Amino acid sequence: MTGSPPLLVVDDLRVDLPTRDGMRRVIHRADLTVPAGTAVALVGESGSGKSMTARAVLRLLPSRARTTGSVRFDGSEVTTLGAAGLRRLRAHDVAMVFQDPRAHINPVRTVGDFLTEALITTRGVRPRAAEAKVTALLREVGIADASRRMRQRPPELSGGLLQRVMITAALAGEPRLLIADEPTTALDVTTQAEVMAIIDEARAERGLAMLFITHDLALAAAVCDRIAVMYAGGVVEELPARHLHERAAHPYTRALLASRPDPAATAEPLRAVPGRPLSAFETGPGCAFAPRCAHAQDLCHTERPSLSPAGEGLAACHFPAADARVTPQPGARSTPHGR
Amino acid sequence: MADEPSSLPALRVTGLRKTFGDFVAVDGVDLEIVPGGSLAVVGESGSGKTTTARMIVGLEEPTAGTVLLGGRAHPGHRASTAERRRFAREVQMVFQDPYASLDRRQKVGDSLAEILALHTDLRGAPLADRVAELLDQVGLDERQGAALPRALSGGQRQRVAIARALAVRPRLLVLDEAVAALDVSVQAQILTLLTDIRRRTEVAYLFITHDLGIVRHVCDDVLVMHRGRVVERGPAETVLTDPEAPYTRRLRDSVPRRGWKPTRRTAQNGSQA
Repeated sequence: MTGSPPLLVVDDLRVDLPTRDGMRRVIHRADLTVPAGTAVALVGESGSGKSMTARAVLRLLPSRARTTGSVRFDGSEVTTLGAAGLRRLRAHDVAMVFQDPRAHINPVRTVGDFLTEALITTRGVRPRAAEAKVTALLREVGIADASRRMRQRPPELSGGLLQRVMITAALAGEPRLLIADEPTTALDVTTQAEVMAIIDEARAERGLAMLFITHDLALAAAVCDRIAVMYAGGVVEELPARHLHERAAHPYTRALLASRPDPAATAEPLRAVPGRPLSAFETGPGCAFAPRCAHAQDLCHTERPSLSPAGEGLAACHFPAADARVTPQPGARSTPHGR
Repeated sequence: MADEPSSLPALRVTGLRKTFGDFVAVDGVDLEIVPGGSLAVVGESGSGKTTTARMIVGLEEPTAGTVLLGGRAHPGHRASTAERRRFAREVQMVFQDPYASLDRRQKVGDSLAEILALHTDLRGAPLADRVAELLDQVGLDERQGAALPRALSGGQRQRVAIARALAVRPRLLVLDEAVAALDVSVQAQILTLLTDIRRRTEVAYLFITHDLGIVRHVCDDVLVMHRGRVVERGPAETVLTDPEAPYTRRLRDSVPRRGWKPTRRTAQNGSQA
């Protein structure tokens, strides 16, 4: 939040995708800001549009997708970028790590080939120098016998090791923004802690910004500075991560928090949200969460709320909680929290 | 530990072992579940938790050890159809992927009726009543019962899978990562449903999961597996708040929660890969 423009700004993004039944809206409205060197999480369930938003940043959407709104990286508009500019953005400025490493690496080539290829072909680094660089990076991400791993092929590596290879590949290009789309979802929980710590350290050393896509609010809060919660194709709340537990104002954010209790805390009751998460095209004219919300009023079903200041951040809710530390009782339908 | 015929455990497993070639997948597992009880088996990939579950339901032949359901052993695959069917009424299983575990051409209600017709004498109106009762038990209505699986969400399909498993009133329900593929807000619904069902019926649960966070919400007891062996067991409350085994502690401390920070065990240059 300094004077210089933020590294990444997503402004009023809308995306429609072609389906058999015509164009279908997948993102209603996504607004997002990632200042240089900071980490922002996009949290949501299936169909919320979190991955689509991330892909839109790099223009990785299907070719017939229709996008409106603006995506600015370091002040320049991505949506109108020419082929050369787009190549530069993808090769130099932004790196991406996906959920399933095996789907993004050639299984018949060695790890070493995979890691050095981009450096040699697009950066003009000499093979020996490229190899030395990625070997050092592999050690940095905690891979002990780096030179042996370089000669191995992906099927010989475990999921956790392979994800560290993908992180190495992302870091090798010295990007300014890392987009990590559920990078630890397919991993065991102890491996997840390890991989997240590695990403954390690498970011701190380099001043690298991150857009972190996840369904896990607690994980997001642990590794990010700010959190944007998405539901049915729109950002419904945006707030500093350190205030998540006390100050979340949107009923959906708080419902998500209540559905994933702390394993070590003494028996907090599990509070289920009725219904299922909706996709953007299924929503009516009102608030997308209204059909599942215990606090919904008439207004919520007819008018869609827009993001406006609430507590320490922004919330798209007609009746945001004034102070979430006072937990509203489920079933207290007649009393809107706050106001 | 003498067997009193009146209070046989729903499940008793002793010295269970499974090897694949030189690899020992499950090594000397003992466990017991009282009628109507619930035990969580927690572990990461490769811990042997799923192989243990598969041996208990009879999908995998143990290398050594015994599995007794209500005091009786598996009939084995040479037994008569009637004998194997009787065993199927003792134990049923719910799998992880609700999208892959139903026949996409069969209406949900019909898939329940089929099981009832196979295992019971119910026909006609009483059978239809029992189908409606089962659907109701898992929170689905008549309209959803007449639908094909593709018209249902993941959570609804998992409800169907649970209804199918409960249709024969089994003594034991084995749930293998039954909520792992569901959205967080839907997971809580299914866990609440499972808790309700256990309160209303006498079914016992063996709940296989990698997720420590949900254990306390469905299970009384927990057993932690690591590399094929049991490293800790006890009441869920005790094991989660005050774990004794170093591995259990590490597992618990790796779950993201309020105030949690990820930590790495390997040094930079990696002493341990």
